[in-house]
Amino acid sequence: MDLADLIVEREEDGYFAYHRSALTSEALHRAELEHIFNRSWLYLGHESEVPEPGDFVRRTVATRPLFFVRSRSTGEVCVFANSCTHRGATICRADRGNAKSFQCFYHAWTFNSDGGLIGVPDEEGYGPAFDKSRYGLVEVPRMESYRGLIFVSFDPDVDELVDYLAGARAYIDDMMDAAEVAANVMQDAASTNGKGWSGPLEVLRGTHQYAMKANWKLLVENSMDGYHLGPTHQTYFQFLRDQNVDVSPSTGTMKLLGNGHAVIEYSGSWGRPIAKWNAAFGDASRPQLEAIRERLESTLGDTGHRMAELNRNLFIYPNLFVMDNNATALRVIEPTAAGYMNVAQYELAPQIEDPAVRRVRLESYVTFAGPGGLATPDDVEALESCQQGAGSGVEWSILSRGYHDEVPRMSGELQMRQFWRRWQEQLLARSLAPTA
Amino acid sequence: MSRRPSSVLEGPGLSPTLVSRAEVEDLLYLEAFLLDEWRMEDWLALWTEDAEYVVPTNDNPDADPDRDLMYINHDHRLLKGLVVRLMSVHAHREYPWSKTRHVVTNVRVLGEDKDGVVHADAAFTVWRFRNSDRDCYVGHYDLRIQRIGSELRLSGKRITLDAWTLAPYGAISVVL
Repeated sequence: MDLADLIVEREEDGYFAYHRSALTSEALHRAELEHIFNRSWLYLGHESEVPEPGDFVRRTVATRPLFFVRSRSTGEVCVFANSCTHRGATICRADRGNAKSFQCFYHAWTFNSDGGLIGVPDEEGYGPAFDKSRYGLVEVPRMESYRGLIFVSFDPDVDELVDYLAGARAYIDDMMDAAEVAANVMQDAASTNGKGWSGPLEVLRGTHQYAMKANWKLLVENSMDGYHLGPTHQTYFQFLRDQNVDVSPSTGTMKLLGNGHAVIEYSGSWGRPIAKWNAAFGDASRPQLEAIRERLESTLGDTGHRMAELNRNLFIYPNLFVMDNNATALRVIEPTAAGYMNVAQYELAPQIEDPAVRRVRLESYVTFAGPGGLATPDDVEALESCQQGAGSGVEWSILSRGYHDEVPRMSGELQMRQFWRRWQEQLLARSLAPTA
Repeated sequence: MSRRPSSVLEGPGLSPTLVSRAEVEDLLYLEAFLLDEWRMEDWLALWTEDAEYVVPTNDNPDADPDRDLMYINHDHRLLKGLVVRLMSVHAHREYPWSKTRHVVTNVRVLGEDKDGVVHADAAFTVWRFRNSDRDCYVGHYDLRIQRIGSELRLSGKRITLDAWTLAPYGAISVVL
């Protein structure tokens, strides 16, 4: 089927549908990696994961093995392809740690934390023309860090990150500003002496790494889908009701943020670690959370109030979600085949946090967003079920909800329509571009 | 049991216990049987009120549940919530129920602590079959067991998974 025909939209009927071969075609999966994942900014990790010089983390981004390390000479983060420049073996062979240098186990070529090749056994065997400086580790073409979030791009010509982020940037700023205010209230969490990272938030230890036998775009839809909550997560809401938690439906809005990014912002009856106290948090944490909230409102005004009161699911195209609700989670989606994705989730929290608040934050996250919780297993079931259904011969999936909304509702599907449009545009632009 | 004890025999501060390995095995085999039969309320009755059921993430086996992100960190209240969920027709991942087989082996009784809580450990595999799913979870149990009257009850179960990530599995939707 022609790429241009994969989406059908009829404005007069308020109708939008995509062809389900977009979920099952391996050719499209390869095209996505080449034309979308290789041309976008992709989330890699967080500065707090490598606080000290020499700290490193190994990670796969869009199927490429990489590692990032905080340089011992500059204190900056460097991101390298995890492959020896000699014969290709992976250099970094642990998920995280601290290293003075990186030595390939195969022939013992050794690199420093800036990637420079500093050791070659029996170097004279290569002859007089051999120049070690030409064989340093290969850095990813582009790397930029924005307020602690490290992104990479494999496209040297990609837009500057801040331009790419478009309207999503303001939401990241608001979240980080709020975290800084909270940190100041928490007796200056930022004074982490001598560390390369001194931001207010850190990624907690422990990664949720799981997988779904489903196309990655189904999880993009699901992660900003306000419509599925009631039916899919009935047992989760039952659990909350059994804890006497008010589960009156959230209300909110959706905004398109440009370049495929979008956000749903909504009320919730639950507490927020920054900063909305709730009885479930326990009395001990109340004065502190109320102080943070007061400071947020006095220093950031309406924004401060919004950050304390409202929840956000922020989508950064193509595959990152910042889930800022009863905890703050980063969800990274990585397709590895048309019908298979890996998912990695991280929890962002203040470096100094009241133990009672931390406990509630973790419980909220684990019970709702975690793969061992009371809700996410049912999302996995839903998406795998959609993937199975995509092979049934029924050809179209419908995303028409809220088509004629003047103010887009949070349970509408405009954000998904925009995602699919952006997806199609990017694939079309690249496949139609003249080749040299 | 906030920290995983070192896997050496008789962790620090443990003294010999009168509870035998056979008794501990009986408890663990009963637990496995009840889980495989989906007798969830009966399973919950094996636990003491101060229950701790925790599963650290694959990449952080020594996790501190008070500070680190876990897959599961359930007290009795949450275990009850899990049982209510799993008995519901709206637990979509587990309705209809999967077929599971809990296999417990390498059981060791390590001793008892100053509160009389028995420490034991074991190896396990949990198979889960449903539609095309064929999941096999493999790992290590660190167990806390208390004698209540004439019976042994579970008060702690810390599950360390051997795999390096949860993938290829989408979730931990059953009790391990």
